[in-house]
Amino acid sequence: MTDSRMTRIALAVAAPVLALVTAFVITSVVLILAGDDWLGVWGQILSWPSNRTMVNIVNSATVYYLSAVAVAIGFRMNLFNIGVDGQYRVASFAAAWVAGEAWLPGYLNIVLALLAGMFVGAMWAGIAGLLRVTRGVSEVISTIMLNAIATAVVAYFLRKVAIRTEGSNIISTKPIAEESRIPGIPFLGGEIYGFVVVAVLVGVAYWVVINRTRFGFDLRAAGQNESAAVASGIDVKRMILVTMLLSGAAAGLVGMPLLFGQDYAYGSTFQSGLGFAGIAIALLGRNHPVGIALGALLFAFLDQQSNPLQILLDVSPDIVKVTQGVIVLAVVIAYEVVRRYGVRIEQRQVAAALDAETREKEVSA
Amino acid sequence: MRRLNKLTAVAAVAALVFAGAGCAKKSTDDSASGSDDCVEKGDVKVGMAFDVGGRGDQSFNDSAAAGLDKAACELGFEVKDAEAQDGEPESAREERLQQLVDAGYNPVIAVGFAYSAAVGKVAAANPDVNFAIVDDAVEGDNITNLLFAEEQGSFLVGAAAALKTETDNIGFIGGVDTELIRKFEAGYRAGAEAVNPDIKIQSVYLTNPPDFSGFADPAKGNTAATGMFDKGADIVYHAAGGSGGGLFEAASEQGKWAIGVDSDQAKTADESVRDSILTSMLKNIDVAVYDFLKSVADGEPKTGPQVYDLSVDGVGYSTTGGHVDDIADQLEEYKQQIVDGEITVPSK
Repeated sequence: MTDSRMTRIALAVAAPVLALVTAFVITSVVLILAGDDWLGVWGQILSWPSNRTMVNIVNSATVYYLSAVAVAIGFRMNLFNIGVDGQYRVASFAAAWVAGEAWLPGYLNIVLALLAGMFVGAMWAGIAGLLRVTRGVSEVISTIMLNAIATAVVAYFLRKVAIRTEGSNIISTKPIAEESRIPGIPFLGGEIYGFVVVAVLVGVAYWVVINRTRFGFDLRAAGQNESAAVASGIDVKRMILVTMLLSGAAAGLVGMPLLFGQDYAYGSTFQSGLGFAGIAIALLGRNHPVGIALGALLFAFLDQQSNPLQILLDVSPDIVKVTQGVIVLAVVIAYEVVRRYGVRIEQRQVAAALDAETREKEVSA
Repeated sequence: MRRLNKLTAVAAVAALVFAGAGCAKKSTDDSASGSDDCVEKGDVKVGMAFDVGGRGDQSFNDSAAAGLDKAACELGFEVKDAEAQDGEPESAREERLQQLVDAGYNPVIAVGFAYSAAVGKVAAANPDVNFAIVDDAVEGDNITNLLFAEEQGSFLVGAAAALKTETDNIGFIGGVDTELIRKFEAGYRAGAEAVNPDIKIQSVYLTNPPDFSGFADPAKGNTAATGMFDKGADIVYHAAGGSGGGLFEAASEQGKWAIGVDSDQAKTADESVRDSILTSMLKNIDVAVYDFLKSVADGEPKTGPQVYDLSVDGVGYSTTGGHVDDIADQLEEYKQQIVDGEITVPSK
């Protein structure tokens, strides 16, 4: 028993390690072909981060984590929610507007804004869910379209509610009042987002709901085999809609660390593209809350460590995008390779066990 | 600022055109000092943080780079640049500026209004370092704001379009719908309407923030321009960075006119389309950057807002190709009226 358990753990670790090694090799080849100082690049990326960089890594990982969890909720149900990107931008804008208006005092204002963000994110994803269950529109197509629409809608409303400082080209919502900001947590001489606590709670809630509730069971069942789920009495259409709403609500939280811990307003320079990073990280972390956390930290680490490459080595930090892309591709392939290998080992063990059994029977007979 | 006469402006534009050749070497080669025309390297290290696109965008960033490279050559500065990533978080911009400071670069120049908050914060944290920011008015004791009167230059090309059009129908293509680009449109409209109050002006913006691809998508520019030409326009002005290439193609195919932006695009655009470029609205970022670095070299860095308008040739229009020679008198008259304050050009 311990033996097969060891094999399982070894196999689980083998896939990501294989993927990382592949990514390392391919990135090195690209660097060498481009005539860059590839050893210097790895020297910088793999060096021990400074305290300031550490803080940035944790902060950036927090945001990535929330995005990946939002994507993973859909993945578990076999729903490809590409629209997390649009959902979090619409939600962040809505939350920023609500928080900026400050209808409630202090922390109540934060709660109201978070709820508003989650609600708007859920509704935006719900459009795709509704289209899927009523008209059979693939959520892949509709969420991509909704991303583009989200951009236009947010731009339109931002222009309506924006405040403008004289001489600045940046337009943004009203800044959130001092007392309604989430204070940072001291860390290595800097401050990490206080929202990191919420991110952890979201991870725990995600794990509990998926693995320890009837709803989670239905969700996984529907994701793995739709017709079997229908046969066992699961209302798959309802599950699709609810999953999209949950995924969207989680997406609604993605921008919140930035909003309450850094930018304090939603403007034209708000970070974009987080939804797509989330897809990659959810794949990398195999939709597991701990795996996603590791994936988010890895991506954040690569991002932050590559920042000074331009200044120190004249290498574009875009090279890290290559590494990240290769990691995701390689990880998908590696998981499949390792899975097949695992199946083969299992088959051999079963065959051996069966052989032994028949031999025993023959002997006793 | 009197020094900034026409000759320097012309020289600066020429430097822009020949960017990459001779003196204006890519700083990343680190060989600017090796060139014979350049003075020897001193101990001043200048850091420049570009907006998305960086060097090679043939527009905004390149213009700033030209000023930087000229300073590197003529003032013997050691230069280093780093560019922004699309959709990056605020912390990445702060980090970039801070890293330049940490690596000993002073002054540090941020190109583009996206750096507004980051410059404000990093400048406050590093009071001994001089910062400059292009296109933004963020305040600080050690911050220089390089600002341009884009509406004034746009007024003149708008007037040129109205004087040249045969259909009394002209167009404007904005890259991304931001306040800055609206300023271009406002000036263009005012200029065209000053010539002909009844002129029809079509206007379109390619993308909305945070989608900044409108500054780098020639296909979108082409579609927008073709639509305008189909609806009767015969001259279209763009303030859309790299997307302008699509306008030039459309104009060239249909035998219509295009108006370029930021640099003299009749010299920098693809050769096959240069004949279709009526004129370009010049925004001499390179002049402003060089001017700032010169003040640093002189030991008295300019701080606070420095506005580059028509009176100092910070903005203007180009005459390459001679297509506006016949209306030069009228344009110069408008220019004089703006400089004298007889015409106030709206900026929104």
